[in-house]
Amino acid sequence: MIEARNLTRKFGDLTAVDNLTFHIKPGEVFGFLGPNGAGKTTTMRILTGLISKTEGEVRIAGYDVSDESDSLKIRKIVGLLPENVGLYDDLTAYRNLDFYGKLYECSRIERKENIAHFLKLLGLWDKRDVRVGNFSKGMKQKLAIARALIHDPEILFLDEPTANLDPESSKTVRDFILDLKEEKKTIFLNTHNLDEAQRICDKIGIFNTKLMAMGTPQELEESVWSNKTVIELEEVTDTILEALNNLPLSNITTSNNKLIIDVSDPQKDNPILVDAIIGAGGRIQYVTRLSPTLEDAYLKIVRRDQ
Amino acid sequence: MKLWKSWVIATKDFNIFLKKKRILYTLIILPLLISVGLPVMLSSMDNPIEIITLLDAFSYFYIILAIIQSSTLASYSILGEKIEQSLEPLLATPITDGELLLGKTISSFLPCIGVIYVCSLIFMVLSDAVTYNTLGYLFFPNLKMAFILLLAVPLSSILSIQLNVIISARVNDVRTANQLGLLLEIPFIGVYILLVTNIATLNVINVLAIIAALILTDLAFFYLNKSTFQRDNILTKWK
Repeated sequence: MIEARNLTRKFGDLTAVDNLTFHIKPGEVFGFLGPNGAGKTTTMRILTGLISKTEGEVRIAGYDVSDESDSLKIRKIVGLLPENVGLYDDLTAYRNLDFYGKLYECSRIERKENIAHFLKLLGLWDKRDVRVGNFSKGMKQKLAIARALIHDPEILFLDEPTANLDPESSKTVRDFILDLKEEKKTIFLNTHNLDEAQRICDKIGIFNTKLMAMGTPQELEESVWSNKTVIELEEVTDTILEALNNLPLSNITTSNNKLIIDVSDPQKDNPILVDAIIGAGGRIQYVTRLSPTLEDAYLKIVRRDQ
Repeated sequence: MKLWKSWVIATKDFNIFLKKKRILYTLIILPLLISVGLPVMLSSMDNPIEIITLLDAFSYFYIILAIIQSSTLASYSILGEKIEQSLEPLLATPITDGELLLGKTISSFLPCIGVIYVCSLIFMVLSDAVTYNTLGYLFFPNLKMAFILLLAVPLSSILSIQLNVIISARVNDVRTANQLGLLLEIPFIGVYILLVTNIATLNVINVLAIIAALILTDLAFFYLNKSTFQRDNILTKWK
């Protein structure tokens, strides 16, 4: 559905996007994670046909973004929520959506139905005749999402959809994106919010000018470390540490009364560890698996590049 | 090019203009005051030569008025989108750069021309009414005024709009854009002063020369704007 091959964009001497290659399948939610200034918005603008690329190839639903007539077709099947909502403060919510509905070539009936549908769904129907200038930030963000959906696009590009929103508005927006995922919309999500990415995305790309890692949230988490076992003891003694050091283990760290141990095969190694600790007189309280988070993966991958 | 899309953009702008008092003042009150005020001024004069000089100069003033009006509207229409950061979602719709630019031109051009035509009609009727006894004939309508209204006013309006596109790419404030746009008035005001002081006279040849100069400048600005008003430049170079 969305395919980029060796995509590069330069601004003078500055390379904003460097040799980016990825593929997003229909119905997939792709999270594009990266620090500020990583080139995420530039990538999104290229993918939506808003700005040109310097090199490479991009196809959206089979259409070539660099072909002018294809670019118009792409924009018909794509919905965009930009970082800045860019609504018309002097117009009402209804008129804002109606204006965009016309530009997306929706019929009068389609516009009427879609505007009512999305405004009701996002809790803005009662405010349809209120000037957008009087809206809160959260309301504007919801209205901008409705605008991105007014023509029922197959593909959605969302740039930081919950940035600067209060927790309640963030939840509403996030739940709405999850509903869109249920509807099998293809979604390209630029976000800083790792929790959001983990909950919503099928696949994640970590990007900092270059694509540094890509996979499912689970794959990325597991890429940080394979397995760690945490053993909580009544007390960590030198005898226990000596007993463990005699085992062929790569890394043991202690924190208060906890031992954090890298294990290659938990099913085989954990019983050996437990036996060694008990043999050294240790009293085990808990044995747990230490799960890496997406944040661990993200920070490790981004810092590796710096 | 789908002209109806340009019209959709223009009507959206009309709706926004109606909500801005400063625009309404510049668009309606100012030309109305001038169109009524100038004939009132003429009513107290009894020298036919002076009256004709001033009527010519006042006719020419509608070219300047078209620049003022269009500059105000264009700065709100184009720069307004930039300030509200609505260019990105707008450009994400299936419209071409040409359709967008045409829409923006229509939204600044039509109200300006419409108001100038109505006000100039009031000016001509009132001027004829107050000068008929002194001149002994109806000064308006005449060929000069026809050329001014039908060619010079639309061309100067388009020139002002095109200049505002270039200005909008470089500034972030409507008032600054408006003031810079009005710099275009300076040469026209110079000519106006020459007319009022009777150093130059307005005849059909002079009007046609002004029209020719406007056509050439409009064409030059058109080619300049072709690269300025491209989505890539709008989103990456307009600061």
